[in-house]
Amino acid sequence: MTAHTAVAAPGARFKKILRRKDDHGGAPRLSPLWTFVAWLATLAFFAPVAWMVLTSFHREADAATNPPTPFAPLTLDQYKLLFSRDITPFLLNSAMASIISTILVLALAVPTAYALSIKPVRKWTDVMFFFLSTKFLPAIAALLPVYLIVKDAGMLDNVWTLIVLYTAMNLPIAVWMMRSFLAEVPKEILEAAEVDGANLLTVLWRIVAPVAMPGLAATALICFIFSWNEFMFAVNLTATNASTAPVFLVGFITNEGLFLARLCAAATLVSLPVLIAGFAAQDKLVRGLSLGAVK
Amino acid sequence: MTTLTAPPKTASPPVRPRTSPRAGAWKRRIPLLPALIFTIIVTQLPFVATLVISTLQWNILKPGERHFVGLSNFKFVFTDERLRTAVLNTVVLTASVVLISVVLGLGLAMLLDRRFLGRGLARTMLIAPFLVMPVAAALLWKHAIYNPDYGLLNGTLNAVWRLFGAANGPTVDWVSSYPMPAVVISLVWQWTPFMMLILLAGLQAQPGDVLEAARMDGASALQTFRHITLPHLRQYIELGVLLGTIYVVQTFDAVYTITQGGPGSQTTNLPYEIYLTMFRKYEYGQAAAAGVVVVLGSIVIATFALRTIASLFREEVSR
Repeated sequence: MTAHTAVAAPGARFKKILRRKDDHGGAPRLSPLWTFVAWLATLAFFAPVAWMVLTSFHREADAATNPPTPFAPLTLDQYKLLFSRDITPFLLNSAMASIISTILVLALAVPTAYALSIKPVRKWTDVMFFFLSTKFLPAIAALLPVYLIVKDAGMLDNVWTLIVLYTAMNLPIAVWMMRSFLAEVPKEILEAAEVDGANLLTVLWRIVAPVAMPGLAATALICFIFSWNEFMFAVNLTATNASTAPVFLVGFITNEGLFLARLCAAATLVSLPVLIAGFAAQDKLVRGLSLGAVK
Repeated sequence: MTTLTAPPKTASPPVRPRTSPRAGAWKRRIPLLPALIFTIIVTQLPFVATLVISTLQWNILKPGERHFVGLSNFKFVFTDERLRTAVLNTVVLTASVVLISVVLGLGLAMLLDRRFLGRGLARTMLIAPFLVMPVAAALLWKHAIYNPDYGLLNGTLNAVWRLFGAANGPTVDWVSSYPMPAVVISLVWQWTPFMMLILLAGLQAQPGDVLEAARMDGASALQTFRHITLPHLRQYIELGVLLGTIYVVQTFDAVYTITQGGPGSQTTNLPYEIYLTMFRKYEYGQAAAAGVVVVLGSIVIATFALRTIASLFREEVSR
């Protein structure tokens, strides 16, 4: 099918918008049968998420039924209960750990990426691979010494401990991503600017920043997601003051017994920031997840 | 000094007057140092500490008895029944999750590479499992889906059975009856979108004219897939497998939440076993030794991973 017929077809505007984002020069259309299969698979994968959100708006009595009652009346009670049961400090700890560590990661990664791409130092690939190799060390192997060091330093149950660990955890990813974005700054323009006598700040602000900003946002997003979702360090290194949202979720089940609707509300609530951010930046997500190796 | 020689394959920067080559090189290295020093301190020191602890007999419940025992913790790691089970479980869990999610991810990516009604929406919905907090996802599967009494799975079966006139559907305790598949399925659900995203990116990087040419030459869809698409996707598949492996090997949330490693030790993987050794048995020396073995195993995987990433990376640099 050529572009012309597609534009002339009904709903053309919608298709045009979709294509601009996804297509490489007019991909072939899926047959009705395969469209059905695609949607069936999509709904199968989405079903648990939909069920989680739906159940979170049900009353407890309607949530745990067999067979399930998807059309039970909706209510906000579970969310109200969560906030009255003090989910807030956990969310604040999560927000603090994720946001501050993301800022620290960017502050460390951006100059590093600059030194590895725009003005590469010698043996810069070795440095890149050193950063990446730290990511391959399983976190569990570091848990014991980290636990002992943190205990000796009196830093157990402290958000700053998590911040330091999350910064180290995400720094290699951020360096790789930022390097890949900064590598896209056209060298010719940089050289021309330098020949014209532009100083470093001007070059950074006028040439590097506009190209790197979307990349910076994507990097921040990925770091935020990984920190927000982190569980192992959080559950083993915090107790009451510094616990984050995932720890709240697990503790809340064991402490209060099972309230399915409330569990679903809590699960929805803690997943919400990442869901929103992820939906908003889907195409950036791919590049971030593959460390910038795939565009 | 060779400081002015630019690294191969990168454009050589213009020579700046007034700064000596050596000072220039240091000026370039300075932005690098904070991150490098931070990373070395936070990631390499704990590993050195693990190495030291792995040579100690150290149980926190017996405080007076900490002493050097050489490599005997490693002997324990390699002969212990539980740890061997844990290694096996880790391999089974990782291999099945990665393979199944790559195959499903490839299928979904092939579908989403074509145009169809609501493709953008379908893509957004498909990403959702990857974005749900892993602990939340694990709890959701355990309680809202697998639960024998009111979980969605048995509930739906029950509803279907009733639809066909039976009084009650089957009651299966999924997690107790099929612990490993239960964990695997929940992780496949979570990781398939990741594979799909990477493979979709790969498909969309496929040069359209080659596909067009293949069509003109009368190649069937299957032939095009086998001889053009699959070879093109190879790198992306490798990347997905390796990144997936690195993350899935470390699975802790799902095991901790869904099965607690049980029943018995049927779903205990290495990270969870190390966690138990550390925080339940308090055998620090053994836990550290197991940790060192895991790191060595990861280095083997990582070597392959680095090679794959390096090949993608070279392509980009030489462009």
